[in-house]
Amino acid sequence: MDPLLLARWQFGVTTSYHYVFVPLTIGLGLIVAIMQSFHYRTQNPMFDRMARFWGKLFVINFALGVVTGIVQEFQFGMNWSEYSRFVGDIFGIPLAIEALMAFFLESTFLGLWLFGRDKLPKAVHLLSIWLVALGSLVSAIWILMANAWMQQPVGYSVINGRARLSDPVAVFLNERLLVEAPHTVLAALTTGGLFVLGISAWHLIRHHDRELFARSAQIALVIVAVAGLLTATSGHAQAQHTARTQPMKLAAMEALWDSEQPAAFSLWANIDQNNGTSTREIKLPYLLSVLAYNNTTSEVKGIHELQAQDVAAYGPGDYVPPVAVVYWTFRAMVGLGILFILLALTGLALWWRGRLERRWFLRLAMVFVFLPYLANFAGWITTEMGRQPWVVQGLLRTASAVSPNVGGAQVLVTFLGFTLLYGVLAFLDFFLLYRFARPVSDVRHGEQDTGLGDVFAY
Amino acid sequence: MDINTIWYALIAVLFIGYFFLEGFDFGVGMLLPFVARGDTERRIVINTVGPFWDANEVWLITAGGAMFAAFPDWYATLFSGFYLPLFLILVALILRAVGFEFRGKLDNATWRRVADVAIVVGSTLPAFLWGVALTNLVRGVPIGADMQFQGGLLTLLSPFALLGGMVSISVFALHGALFLNLRADEQVAERARAFALRLWWPAAAVLLGFFVATYSQTDLFDRSGLVPGTMPVLAMIMFGASGVLARLRFGGWAFATTGLTIVLATVVAFEGLYPRVMPSSLGAGYDLTVYNASSSPMTLHVMLVVAIVFVPIVLAYQAYSYWVFRRRVTRRTLGG
Repeated sequence: MDPLLLARWQFGVTTSYHYVFVPLTIGLGLIVAIMQSFHYRTQNPMFDRMARFWGKLFVINFALGVVTGIVQEFQFGMNWSEYSRFVGDIFGIPLAIEALMAFFLESTFLGLWLFGRDKLPKAVHLLSIWLVALGSLVSAIWILMANAWMQQPVGYSVINGRARLSDPVAVFLNERLLVEAPHTVLAALTTGGLFVLGISAWHLIRHHDRELFARSAQIALVIVAVAGLLTATSGHAQAQHTARTQPMKLAAMEALWDSEQPAAFSLWANIDQNNGTSTREIKLPYLLSVLAYNNTTSEVKGIHELQAQDVAAYGPGDYVPPVAVVYWTFRAMVGLGILFILLALTGLALWWRGRLERRWFLRLAMVFVFLPYLANFAGWITTEMGRQPWVVQGLLRTASAVSPNVGGAQVLVTFLGFTLLYGVLAFLDFFLLYRFARPVSDVRHGEQDTGLGDVFAY
Repeated sequence: MDINTIWYALIAVLFIGYFFLEGFDFGVGMLLPFVARGDTERRIVINTVGPFWDANEVWLITAGGAMFAAFPDWYATLFSGFYLPLFLILVALILRAVGFEFRGKLDNATWRRVADVAIVVGSTLPAFLWGVALTNLVRGVPIGADMQFQGGLLTLLSPFALLGGMVSISVFALHGALFLNLRADEQVAERARAFALRLWWPAAAVLLGFFVATYSQTDLFDRSGLVPGTMPVLAMIMFGASGVLARLRFGGWAFATTGLTIVLATVVAFEGLYPRVMPSSLGAGYDLTVYNASSSPMTLHVMLVVAIVFVPIVLAYQAYSYWVFRRRVTRRTLGG
């Protein structure tokens, strides 16, 4: 077995899986903090029930985000030791700071929040959940800084075959980070909002604790509408940035084989990577020039021309990413993002007219619980696969990054091991979320529940 | 002291913190079936480390991140070389975390039994494997001219390394028992103390055996100048004291002495290694050192500023968390 291929699969599987939990942690953490703040301000017991109900789901999800995160940190050294040697001088910095600044904060204050309900002053207990939410946000920014450097290396010089830090400020304020971080964090908020909206809808259909779930749905709608729209605009900024800094990725996102001026946006294409062409294309004229450069006249370079440029710059080789994957995942992400915005606007309109609890809308919202996960996954596949064959754009190829001394059999063992274990965990997590998202009998009657307190201890 | 040495010391501190803190929650996890009878007592045992274990684990994540940033070659050689043991540690840590988090979520005997197994296995295996890994690290492993590990799994499982694993298991178990003695319900605490007293003699035998073996297998003690050196002797004295103090019911002091045993033993390892970070068994010329494995001075300086600002903050709020949860977990307070 080819260790490179297995190591790539392992990274893909473990990272995608890790990223199932992370956006919900970021989004839901903030939402729970907001709910608990409402309770602190109003002393309305409904908000206390609300914060605890969603807090429970937050905790189940948080646990898996943490444990799958350790695998991520170890994996660089285990499977990608040459990568680690090459980038450590720079890439290690945000990783270490993330642990020091964010992971300690999240884990310590989550412990205080979970077990300190009766031991801490109310204000400190509220502060704890805000610090957990802050921790997950700070964590996102540092890890995205590490990723941004892989997309757009800055502030370095290559000495003796290693990237060496030459300008820390450039790394901290990487342009790429400034477009990538808002887009990712806002998408996480949208994920959290749709999660709360969909589960609230489920309860509203069944007339459980109407007060709690109608208010939850309203909070969620506002979050999805605002965060969804901002995700789209920040995504637009990111695409324009990609057009300038990673033209090959943009060309693959559009399956644009030949340069066009002005460039048309593709809606459909049957992509033939081997022959470098597409058939049955449906195109909207001018739109790609608009998306990439905000005008109707600019040229967008095609894959063939960029391949020739790359050969001239980096020597013979295939510099074309898997076009069909990048093209379709990009479309899936954008299409889903538009649906999220439409759903939120529809919900707001219904709420405005006092008809939020229309059954068709509630049913629709339930389906949307699952869709942000697909959108998040698709977005990451677009940006990571679109960078291939590079692991660090223009500096290090994925094929040169793998550990030379780890054999195929070893990678196979860990790949199968993690995949099986993660499969079981996914099942358990889904089962628990399902069970706890369902009504508890005392929630149903809208009484002060006693059954919820238990889940905060072990 | 140059900046490379400062970073080596900082990483040593992170590992010391990790072994001290996670040491007792590993111990608590291992002892779960031995000190608790029935579900309520098991919940008491698990809840003694409930607010802590996750933050304790972050010491490891931070140590790993700091190694990556400050000594990329150390990180790369160690993690790709100790491949399968690290995989097993990861699997175990995942099982344990899921066991802790999911156990109480269902009131079902089978579910909770499975969670208990996950907690026990997930605590015992890493406690053992960290000892194996650290022993291999100080003894030296085959590393070639290109800084690549050349051994296999069996290289890492020598009798000496396995003995090192036995040491870490028994010391962590003892440390965990004395932690339970401080923080669990009286009845469970008393049982944990009795367990610690029974465990002390075999643990002492293993530790003494390891002490002798280390003397014959490594150059660790020669390098400290004195034979066998102050630190190892102090570690043995602390361990001896822990047994006496536990017998005399000085619970807090007994826990402190097993903690100091762990701290001093880790200090011995890191002090003995310096200035190497990973000695090669193929020749001193192939050793990874704090100089040839390090990042650039600029990276080390940037990271030092971050560490100076944030380490005190982290220590302050972690201390606060331990202060908030200083009282015993009892049947009455459970879940409250």
